[in-house]
Amino acid sequence: MRELKLMKGNEAIAEAAIRAGVDGYFGYPITPQSEVMETLMAEKPWETTGMVVLQAESEIASINMVYGGAGCGKRVMTSSSSPGVSLMQEGLTYLAGAELPCVVVNVVRGGPGLGTIQPAQSDYFQTVKGGGHGDYKLITLAPASVQEMADFVETAFDLAFKYRNPVMILSDGVIGQMMEKVELKEFKPRWTADYIEQNHPWATTGKKKDRAKNIITSVQLEASVQEAFNHKLQNKYQQVEENEVLFEETMCDDAEYLVVAYGSSARICQKSVELAREKGIKVGMLRPITLYPFPTRQLQERAKQVKGILSVEMSAGQMVEDVKLAVECKVPVEHYGRFGGSVHSPGEVVEALEQKLIGG
Amino acid sequence: MKEEIVIAGFGGQGVLSMGKILAYSGVMQDMEVSWMPAYGPEMRGGTANVTVILSDERISSPILHEYDTAIILNQQSMDKFEKDVKPGGTLIYDGNGITRHPERTDINIYRVDATEEAARMHAVKTFNMIVLGGYLKVKPIVKMENVIAGLKKSLPERHHHLIPMNEKAITRGGEIINEVSLVE
Repeated sequence: MRELKLMKGNEAIAEAAIRAGVDGYFGYPITPQSEVMETLMAEKPWETTGMVVLQAESEIASINMVYGGAGCGKRVMTSSSSPGVSLMQEGLTYLAGAELPCVVVNVVRGGPGLGTIQPAQSDYFQTVKGGGHGDYKLITLAPASVQEMADFVETAFDLAFKYRNPVMILSDGVIGQMMEKVELKEFKPRWTADYIEQNHPWATTGKKKDRAKNIITSVQLEASVQEAFNHKLQNKYQQVEENEVLFEETMCDDAEYLVVAYGSSARICQKSVELAREKGIKVGMLRPITLYPFPTRQLQERAKQVKGILSVEMSAGQMVEDVKLAVECKVPVEHYGRFGGSVHSPGEVVEALEQKLIGG
Repeated sequence: MKEEIVIAGFGGQGVLSMGKILAYSGVMQDMEVSWMPAYGPEMRGGTANVTVILSDERISSPILHEYDTAIILNQQSMDKFEKDVKPGGTLIYDGNGITRHPERTDINIYRVDATEEAARMHAVKTFNMIVLGGYLKVKPIVKMENVIAGLKKSLPERHHHLIPMNEKAITRGGEIINEVSLVE
């Protein structure tokens, strides 16, 4: 039975988490993502599925509660917006260093600093290039609709446990605050203690006599040990890059120009592509769904076909660097985007396309 | 069919909830919908606006720079959105508090004096439903039964006894809306 609801992206995250059988959510309110915890508190899942929902005293506390829950093999998550996610960076690198699975949602707002509460995509670098210290990666999913906000919660947990790595859902104020139709999945039960013990033997579930201690740590004082561990991580990231790239293409078959955009900017650009096509401009769009791993190979393929690429993001130009690296100067790559909380309109993107690539 | 609408006015006029009811009516009619509020500081005591799209097909951008219809409920919103109506599009406004009336001659302009009517009906809170009724008279994109179903979905159950009053307001809006002729 299809159950269609009209909800905000933030509400969809919360509903999806309960239905996916998530064990715990720890968060601290911040606009524009506060509806995530508000919805969880209103739904009271601790009375139904047993899911823990806790307002921590800060974002630093939230991410460290996630660290603790993840260490026990539990499916735990947090959500925040840009300034709050900055506070979580230490926890994230520890989680990555301890190889722990978790899901973090960033409903991005304009920065730097406390910035504005309006939508932005200026946390791309922080998310896919590190944020915290050390050679680690966050698998990053970029939803472009309220439906994807709901669907990606479970996808993110699957990836997190498959690779024992934190997964970021990188959204923004547009997707978080807008309402669209959503079809929610069936309720799934939370994992039992036996299931966790059998399927995730690394988890600290209580030592049995017949096995060695499980130690969860991100410290290796011996350089050679730390180097070997880093090689292990790099091998893992290579697997991720080979197997987990997700993207979507629109009207690319006969395209002479290509727009690359993710998240809400991709939704705006979809309209820009329609408008440009009405003007006779043959343009297509590639939407990275995973930002890490980035759809590098597909971009290389499209670069053979098009005359130029416009990277459109609500930032001063961050993803454009990955587009350029992929394309290796084979065709011109330009950036366009409003930022600091302003959102470009479909018409502005068409103008930029004409001025920066076609007319230029 | 695709209808791209902006509803703009003061915070507290029910701009966002009117948009939500319209969007839910679309859901009830098996349409694709999006509802994108301006959630920033401007809605705290200032102006509020929401972009609502109803379409038979998948909706691309929830953010627009031009609209099929602008529903305008204060002067600031008139200044901001009159120019953004597509040529041949529709502008609906409440004359209350408007000091500069719309001037464009390439769009269809309607006036629905909902503030006045809501006061006359002793039901000030149904103001936004009078406006919605006026809009649906001009653009009957959703059936009345689906609007009522949408109302039920967007109102908490404890307020369902207010539905007949809202239905009356919607009907009244349809009766009092008038086309404004700018051709002298």
